[in-house]
Amino acid sequence: MSIDSVEVRGLGKRYGLHRALHAVDLDLQAGGVCALLGPNGAGKSTLLGILSSIVRPSAGGVRYLADGQPVEAGESLRREIGVVAHDSFLYSGLTALENLDFWGQLYQVENLADRSKELLRTVGLDEKAWERTAGTYSRGMVQRLSVARTMLHDPSVLLLDEPFTGLDRGGAQALAEALSGAVKRGAVVLVITHDLESIAGITTHVAVLRRGKLEFEERRAAGYSFDELKDTYHTHSE
Amino acid sequence: MEFLRYVKVLAWKDVRVEFRSREIIYTMSFFAAMVVLLFSFAFLKQSATSNDMTGSSEHSPGFIWVAVLFAGTLGLSRAFDRERETGTMRALLLAPIPRAAIFLGKSVAIAIMVLVVQAVVVPLVALFFDAPLFTHPLALVCTLVLGTIGFSVVGAVFAAMLIKTGSRDVLLPVVLYPILVPLFIAAIKATAAMLDGALGDSWFWIRFLAVYDTIFLIAALWTFESLVIE
Repeated sequence: MSIDSVEVRGLGKRYGLHRALHAVDLDLQAGGVCALLGPNGAGKSTLLGILSSIVRPSAGGVRYLADGQPVEAGESLRREIGVVAHDSFLYSGLTALENLDFWGQLYQVENLADRSKELLRTVGLDEKAWERTAGTYSRGMVQRLSVARTMLHDPSVLLLDEPFTGLDRGGAQALAEALSGAVKRGAVVLVITHDLESIAGITTHVAVLRRGKLEFEERRAAGYSFDELKDTYHTHSE
Repeated sequence: MEFLRYVKVLAWKDVRVEFRSREIIYTMSFFAAMVVLLFSFAFLKQSATSNDMTGSSEHSPGFIWVAVLFAGTLGLSRAFDRERETGTMRALLLAPIPRAAIFLGKSVAIAIMVLVVQAVVVPLVALFFDAPLFTHPLALVCTLVLGTIGFSVVGAVFAAMLIKTGSRDVLLPVVLYPILVPLFIAAIKATAAMLDGALGDSWFWIRFLAVYDTIFLIAALWTFESLVIE
């Protein structure tokens, strides 16, 4: 099974009296990167939480479609989703290889040892660091390992919350290339970021959230340049 | 079978992390040993005829289980703090595995740590209070294991539920202890009856522990997912 689109309809989320999301409609398609932009507190991470099935919506819902057919929420759907969040999702007491081995077993990744090493090379983690515990890593190294963890099971939906945080230029470039590769393989990619430079060129869909509402949405097959992303963000989020 | 494989992977991960840091085991064991030591100062008296310290073994079941309860709560908090610090509890909930397996894996890991603490506490109590705890080894092992299972199952549910709560360290004992009262009464009664040589009574309370564990295990497996999703 491979998810080829995600439909968000009338999505709302309340935390007590605070309205984090209100009547959000959004369509995500395979083969493109959607940049979800907006100021702090706009509801971006809440939306990502609902998309990843970890947060229950207060209103509306999300439909995942594979070959045009809705996919039921559950373990088979979660197997198709990869998430990079603010937290690293890594055990600081385990080495890079042990972390990937643990998560790979839960995701039933085939040829796990080879896949782990391949990904660690892809994200640019030096072989000497593979046997060190993640607790001894720098912020950038943790982020690289976190990206490797997310890509481990080759998800068809990638939900990334500030994935470029802490990455140097090389790391950001490697991640952008990995995202392009995922898009070419037909993945649905949603990126929340304030690092517009890193997603320029690969973004084909922009959505701007402001105070929990979808303020703006647009698609361009040719993609967005850095200046276009910057203009879009400033025009609709301030 | 797949479910049990996930439980094993999850529990082994916790054991591996703990084996490397030894942070929780050392803290729990030290704390439990201190509790027993302080009780020994409070309850042992110098003999009137010699310099020997004498004391009654009748209180020893209480000392064992109070030490286990306090040390276990300490370990519970820390075990779930580890899952909170880097968001791994959230990542576990995102993984394509039955969420009940997360609960059971965590419970098994906690149970292993509590059993290690008991391996320290029980001989210490037997030594300080001259308690014949090893006279009926089968009843002792059943009491300790069933008490540990009950504590771990109930503790894992509440600790997971409170993982996102700001004042979880304060709240955990407040919500946990009332639920654990029947378990600890039964564990103390089973141990006390064993010391008195009343094995019939002891097995009655052991069966009570087994029923308590079964009820709470089923309830926890059933409700865990709804308790941890936001």
